[in-house]
Amino acid sequence: MASYSFSELVKGATLNGVRFIVCGHLQNNRMHPQTSTSPKEQVMTHLELTGVSIDFPTPKGAFRALDNVNLKIAKGEFISLIGHSGCGKSTVLNIVAGLYQATTGGVVLDGKEVREPGPERAVVFQNHSLLPWLSAYENVELAVRQVFRRTKSKAEMRDWIEHNLALVHMDHAMHKRPDEISGGMKQRVGIARALAMEPKVLLMDEPFGALDALTRAHLQDSLMEIQTTLNNTVIMITHDVDEAVLLSDRIVMMTNGPAASVGEILDIELERPRDRIALADDTRYNHYRHEVLSFLYEKQRHPATDEAAGPVKKPEVAQDLQDRNTAKAESKAAEAA
Amino acid sequence: MSTLNLSGRLPARDELPTLAAGMARTLIVPLMGLLVFLFAWHIAARNIDTSLGQFPGPVQVYEQSVNLIAEHNRERTKEVAFIERQEKRNAEKLAKDPSAEVRIRDYTGKPTFFDQIGTSLVTVMSGFVLASLLAIPIGILIGLNSTLYAALNPLVQLFKPVSPLAWLPLVTMVVSAVYVSDDPLFAKSFLTSLFTVTLCCLWPTLINTAVGVSGISQDLKNVSKVLRLPFLTHVVKIAIPASLPAMFTGLRLSLGIAWMVLIAAEMLAQNPGLGKFVWDEFQNGSSDSLGRIMVAVLVIGLIGFLLDRAMLALQKAISWDKNAVLR
Repeated sequence: MASYSFSELVKGATLNGVRFIVCGHLQNNRMHPQTSTSPKEQVMTHLELTGVSIDFPTPKGAFRALDNVNLKIAKGEFISLIGHSGCGKSTVLNIVAGLYQATTGGVVLDGKEVREPGPERAVVFQNHSLLPWLSAYENVELAVRQVFRRTKSKAEMRDWIEHNLALVHMDHAMHKRPDEISGGMKQRVGIARALAMEPKVLLMDEPFGALDALTRAHLQDSLMEIQTTLNNTVIMITHDVDEAVLLSDRIVMMTNGPAASVGEILDIELERPRDRIALADDTRYNHYRHEVLSFLYEKQRHPATDEAAGPVKKPEVAQDLQDRNTAKAESKAAEAA
Repeated sequence: MSTLNLSGRLPARDELPTLAAGMARTLIVPLMGLLVFLFAWHIAARNIDTSLGQFPGPVQVYEQSVNLIAEHNRERTKEVAFIERQEKRNAEKLAKDPSAEVRIRDYTGKPTFFDQIGTSLVTVMSGFVLASLLAIPIGILIGLNSTLYAALNPLVQLFKPVSPLAWLPLVTMVVSAVYVSDDPLFAKSFLTSLFTVTLCCLWPTLINTAVGVSGISQDLKNVSKVLRLPFLTHVVKIAIPASLPAMFTGLRLSLGIAWMVLIAAEMLAQNPGLGKFVWDEFQNGSSDSLGRIMVAVLVIGLIGFLLDRAMLALQKAISWDKNAVLR
């Protein structure tokens, strides 16, 4: 919400409306270790995040939540974002969705800059976000009507809604309202609604976070099954290491906030279809798990555990933030002049 | 709540105690309360002497309500007789001279208590509907747009506490000045009461609708943004259903206020209705007057209660959340 006020700044940094020129003072950022050399990505960049940073205004001045996030995603890739709570994973997703505006840097999808939310970047929200006064069918219908009102006839739309609900195995309860179905079923409807928009990118914000382990496993299997048929480009936020390894082509691991960024990127080269039981004994699978776990619990220990452990880096970070703020104020003043 | 057996089957032996308990709660306890009240009223009334005689107790009030019904019936009989006489006279006139001009006059007898109730109900509903038609759209708009809200909020806060009696002279003068017509569709007194009611009962609906709309969860707003819903679709599919409970809270408060305001307005402005009935009885000052006023008081209370129940029934019929406990 509040970030809209920064859109002017973003526009200021745009030259031709397609690509962003990163603001001068940002180029002084320390380098982040990045291992983003997936072979796929060199073929074609579908979605690109360039130097994405975002500041949230607080009474004590701007709070930099994300700092210089760079990511290239190829078509049909399944990306997981993993990191500790509060590291800005959701913020990245919201920027791609267009719900937040990056303070500097930007997102380009198929050569077009992302400036506002839109159905080509459908979002599956963590808490399903179904309209409680509409049935499952009507919830999907609202999206389908909006996206296909000019291209599909009424009968086609009905078939398309039913097809998408069948895809998530919700065709048996499609006329039930959200309060009449279980949490897992609501999330299925949420996924159906997003899929029915035929998005270029499917954004999932901890889609299975609020579900019990068994339901989660079911939905992960459903998602893999759907992914085999549709081959969508997906960015999924997760807390669950197993989920990330099982589902993803690449896992993007984020450093702790404030001023979070991409820490490491891990390619998961496991053949599909993947079977969770067979993989449980797979050495590569366990190796990938180990990589993610060691990133999360050794390299990026949670701030709370850091403090308990001893040497605290916080003042340095604060100093860094302050420097950057002054730099920004100066650059603003320069712009004004 | 009630365990009254509606299925028509005889209650089983083991159900009887719970049935009795249910009866006690739903019937006997409220009845006891009523009896205690009537007794206290009776005692208190006997000890209050006014210049118009003793304060009416339950018995006198009952007698007066019977009288009012009888008066009403008498008046209706008179009206029927009047119309019959008129028709007969006109028929005779036409028989003598087919080209004769025939006048049909309305019966101009004094409006009875029940006529006044009818007038009041029509006026209150008209004022309330007009207020809702204004308040709901404005409430939705200022709920959706914080700039509009900031612009209108001071006005709302300023006019909300204004008593109907302060508006009344202004409304009367404006209606007399603006509504000039040889063959008026509505009586001026009706319009004066209507606008006074509207001005006073606008606010709860407006404020509650705005609060309801502005309280829509961010998730649903995000859904709307991702879908790029047009403004009108957003209002119809998201804003209105989401704010329906708050809107109804406002509507019920508004209707309650409308009813209270109307009685006061009628009383002060001598507009037809229950308020005028009360005032006329007060001015009349017969020994029955206080009893008749007391009947009016009870009827006003009963109608206010029924209006609220009607709104509740409407809310239950419209509400999407059938699990919500409404009371």
